[in-house]
Parts: sequence; structure tokens; C-alpha cells
Amino acid sequence: MKKIHKITFISIFAAFAMVLSYVEMMLPPIWSAVPGIKVGLPNVIIIFVLYKLSFKYAAFISLLRVFAVALLFGNVLTLSYSIAGAVISLTLMWLLKKTSLFSMVGVSIAGGVSHNLGQIIVAMIVMQTKEIGYYMAILAVSGVLAGIVIGLIGAMLLKYTQKIKIK
Amino acid sequence: MSIKKALLNHKNDILLATGILLLAAICFLIFSFSMKEGKYALVTVDGEQVYKHSLNEDDETVILGANSSSGEQNVLVIKDGKAFVKSANCPDKICVSHRKISKTGETIVCLPHKVVVSVVEE
Ligand SMILES: [Zn+2]
Repeated sequence: MKKIHKITFISIFAAFAMVLSYVEMMLPPIWSAVPGIKVGLPNVIIIFVLYKLSFKYAAFISLLRVFAVALLFGNVLTLSYSIAGAVISLTLMWLLKKTSLFSMVGVSIAGGVSHNLGQIIVAMIVMQTKEIGYYMAILAVSGVLAGIVIGLIGAMLLKYTQKIKIK
Repeated sequence: MSIKKALLNHKNDILLATGILLLAAICFLIFSFSMKEGKYALVTVDGEQVYKHSLNEDDETVILGANSSSGEQNVLVIKDGKAFVKSANCPDKICVSHRKISKTGETIVCLPHKVVVSVVEE
């Protein structure tokens, strides 16, 4: 890829991811006990880029999204949740993808669950309370469900863009 | 990686999902057994605290939802050390069907009214 292509690609996909973050913010806050915790809709974009291109691009887009969203709508608290969720889930998805043991759905499930766990761990540290650990089980379940949906959408995107080669 | 490889590995996917859910269930059980009985019922509406009452004294109170002008109401009852929503005029009634709560950290959430009932220590 030429440099200008790289920049364009990263910008477009970071923008997609940001739109999904925004959509997610519009959804009702299910876990109002832990403000700022999200399911991870933008993961659709991240996992797609991870499979279509590489870990490097996915990481760049993911971090770009996290900082841009925090700048636009968030605060330091939500930024810390987001970074924890994004870094942990992307790293785990990358490692699992490398093992070739799971399909995109499996990788996405691991990403979804670790995304939630990362956020809850930071929330426990920030809020100085262990009580919300109770939500871990619920968040694990929601992570699995979100992971399945996101994995299927990602797989569909990958399938339909199969003919488009990015090199 | 080929597309096929990326999409087909359902057996391992299902194993992974089941494993996580099982682990979550175990954690949930451990947590609910190890949780302490709480002392107070705390109610917030749209993030603002509107009510706090000891679980040791029975009480019944009407909580006005975030949109109180449209008559949003939840009737909260404290009885025998447990708190529950007796009735509400929200569309989904999830808060009403929620089991009684008494342990620290447990919550009843009424999403449509933005009402959160939680049991706290302090
Ligand atoms: Zn309700």
C-alpha cells in the first residue's frame, strides 16, 4: 500500500468505528451501575481490519477511535475504561487468530468477553469497590452474545469484500 | 488466512462459548454465596440519589421516574430485610418481576424510568 492509501484506509475505518461508538452511546445504558461500560460495537470494524489486513492496522484504528471518541464525548474515566477494553480485547483476538483454532466468531467472542472484563477491572480499581465484580458474570454472558453477533457480521463483511484486494 | 479457515470452526467456537458461560455461572454462584447482607436500600433516578432507607425497617414508598411529569412511578417496598418493586407503570415491568434484593451490590434496574435500586453497606 502506498502511504496515501494507508492514511485513507486508516481514516475511513477509524471513522466507521467512531460512528459505531456513537450509535452505541445512543443505546440505553444497560449496566447503569457501572457508568461508561459498553458492549463494543466498534469491534466489528476492528475484527474486520484484523482479518483483512493486519494487527498493526487494527491496533492503530482502535486506538485512534478510543482517543477521538474520548476527545469528542468522553472524559478521563471513560477513556481509561475504553483503553483497557480495547487493548486487552485486540491483543487476545490477535493471539487467538494466530492459533487458527477458532473461526472469526470464536475470536470475536473472546474479544467481546475480554473487552468487558478489561473494563470492569479498571472500573473496580477506579471506583475502589469489589461489589461490581458481581457484574462480571453478567458481562461475560453479554460479551459472548455480542461476540457472536459481531463475529458473524465481521465474517459477512470479510466474505463480501473477498474480491477486493488490499496490498 | 483463507476465508474458509476464518469462517469455519464451529466446534471450537461452541466449546469456547460454553466454557466462558460455565465459568461465568460458577463465578456468579460463588459471588452470590459470598455476598454479605446489606444495610441500606438506595434509590437513584437518572443518577441522582432520591431515597435511602435501612433494610431493617419495613417501608413502602413511591419513587417518581426520570419523567415524573408523565406520571412515571415505581412503588418500592422494604420488608423483612429485603427490597423489591411492588408495582410500576413502566412498559416492560422488568423491575416488578425482579427478585427481592438484600445483599450488598445487588440491584433492581427500571430502564424506562431510569430508576436504580441498590443495596449498599454504608
Ligand atoms: Zn420498570
